[in-house]
Amino acid sequence: MNNWDDLYLEVILDHNKNPRNNHKLEKHTHHADGHNPLCGDRVSINILMDGETVKEVSFTGSGCAISTASASILTETIKNKNRTEIKNLFKDFHNLVTSEKEVENKLGKLAIFEGVKKYPARVKCATLSWHALMAALEGEKESTTE
Amino acid sequence: MLFENIKKDFPILEQEINGKKLVYLDSAATTQKPTEVINSLNNYYSNNNSNIHRGVHTLSQRATKDYEQSREIITKFIGATSSKEIVFVRGATEAINLIANSYVKPLLNKNDEILISQMEHHANIVPWQMICEEKKAKLRIIPIDNNGELILDELNNLVNTKTKFISVSHVSNSLGTINPIDKIIKVAHQNNIRIMIDGAQAVQHLEIDMKKMDADFYCFSGHKIYAPTGIGVLYGKKELLEKMQPYQGGGDMIKSVTFEKTIYNDIPNRFEAGTPNISGAISLGKAIEYITQIGIHNITKYENDLLNYATSKLKKINEIKIIGEAKEKAGVISFVIDGIHPHDIGTIMDSHGIAIRAGHHCTQPVMDFYNIPATARASFAIYNDKNDIDKLIEAIRKCIEVFS
Repeated sequence: MNNWDDLYLEVILDHNKNPRNNHKLEKHTHHADGHNPLCGDRVSINILMDGETVKEVSFTGSGCAISTASASILTETIKNKNRTEIKNLFKDFHNLVTSEKEVENKLGKLAIFEGVKKYPARVKCATLSWHALMAALEGEKESTTE
Repeated sequence: MLFENIKKDFPILEQEINGKKLVYLDSAATTQKPTEVINSLNNYYSNNNSNIHRGVHTLSQRATKDYEQSREIITKFIGATSSKEIVFVRGATEAINLIANSYVKPLLNKNDEILISQMEHHANIVPWQMICEEKKAKLRIIPIDNNGELILDELNNLVNTKTKFISVSHVSNSLGTINPIDKIIKVAHQNNIRIMIDGAQAVQHLEIDMKKMDADFYCFSGHKIYAPTGIGVLYGKKELLEKMQPYQGGGDMIKSVTFEKTIYNDIPNRFEAGTPNISGAISLGKAIEYITQIGIHNITKYENDLLNYATSKLKKINEIKIIGEAKEKAGVISFVIDGIHPHDIGTIMDSHGIAIRAGHHCTQPVMDFYNIPATARASFAIYNDKNDIDKLIEAIRKCIEVFS
């Protein structure tokens, strides 16, 4: 076993190599750009909402394996979820990657990012797309991890 | 061999990181400190701690003597004419801000120009931008080519009667390029322009002689030359420093103060307001004595061998592209790997106990020029050896395997 095995899991490497929903969304109702000024990573999130529910979501941008995989899995996870569900997911996800305490697993596939908490320098990579997502839902155009 | 036992002088290198012996390849960010330097800090606070230049008691006299002794060591080390030309500052960043505000800003009028280069560290960009904005002057840029070398032909086109100052780095922190500063200084002086050289990445690798170089101002940071953080040096020609206004006001920079008028102190104290980093200044002197014993010529040659060894090994890996292939380089290799972000490289190297830097290295315009978000950077110092580089190469190969 390698030291990094808890971080670079197969699923993360796969989403990095073949990111899902990685394109622009011509028809969208919400959009925000996320920026991590520390490393220069950028991600843009486009969302098509139907009332309170996410109908379509996509992302574009460039980043490391952790930020790319996180954005990719985010788009898979939040489709057909409503605002309240997404806010709760973000809270749980944030706890998962930052909290010392065990987090009750309500996160499904997102739980694979638990390894990130051992790498404090990489937490912002995992949360970049989530910050952009929350900004988009709040009607803001930009977010940063700072 | 001279360098074989040097690792033992650096206690921090004895530890393991993630179960592997630490391989420290981030010396361009900051160098590790030899025992002699660490001990000098301990000695100062255990035996001599007091304030300088004002006490009649024994401790103050000792501290003052050691502080001023360090200024003499630095004077000799960089070949300055007088110790009055050596100003202690926090680091290269503060030195550049000091010159920007105290020397250049008063000369600057609307539409005047300041010339820097495309490979500058943000510390040699932002202070100039700030005074240009205030004075409505322009910042102009000497471009680089694909090898990461300055396009010197452009220098002659850029210099004109509006050019009031030039500031360029001696060695690039992200590309490793050693710039032909002698030629640039010559062009500056032929056009009656004063010039500052940022030596933050140079003094630890190359011999410096201010008399031969003839730069008007030069600066470096202590922590990149085996000394503590928070201490650095500004060199300025005596006749220029003497004409300059203070940068900050306070104690130690004055001769007399009344509410009506203050008479400033002579150089260099005029630029050292407040209680300085006394222990840092003394330890910087120790660090310079330490590398002088090894010999800066020996260091240049040894590190150049390491650089060539690492470059040839990295070039054998197809997925790697080296960023910055100037003919003259010092101690720094930036690289990118196809399909792997530098941050992921950095994390995987760390899991092997190898410390490298990943990011834009405070040179975003260089990253924009190469159209990349970041690079991985390995940088060398006297305590590195070929074994360190072999471990780096092995870890890079594993990294490529994981991401393939």
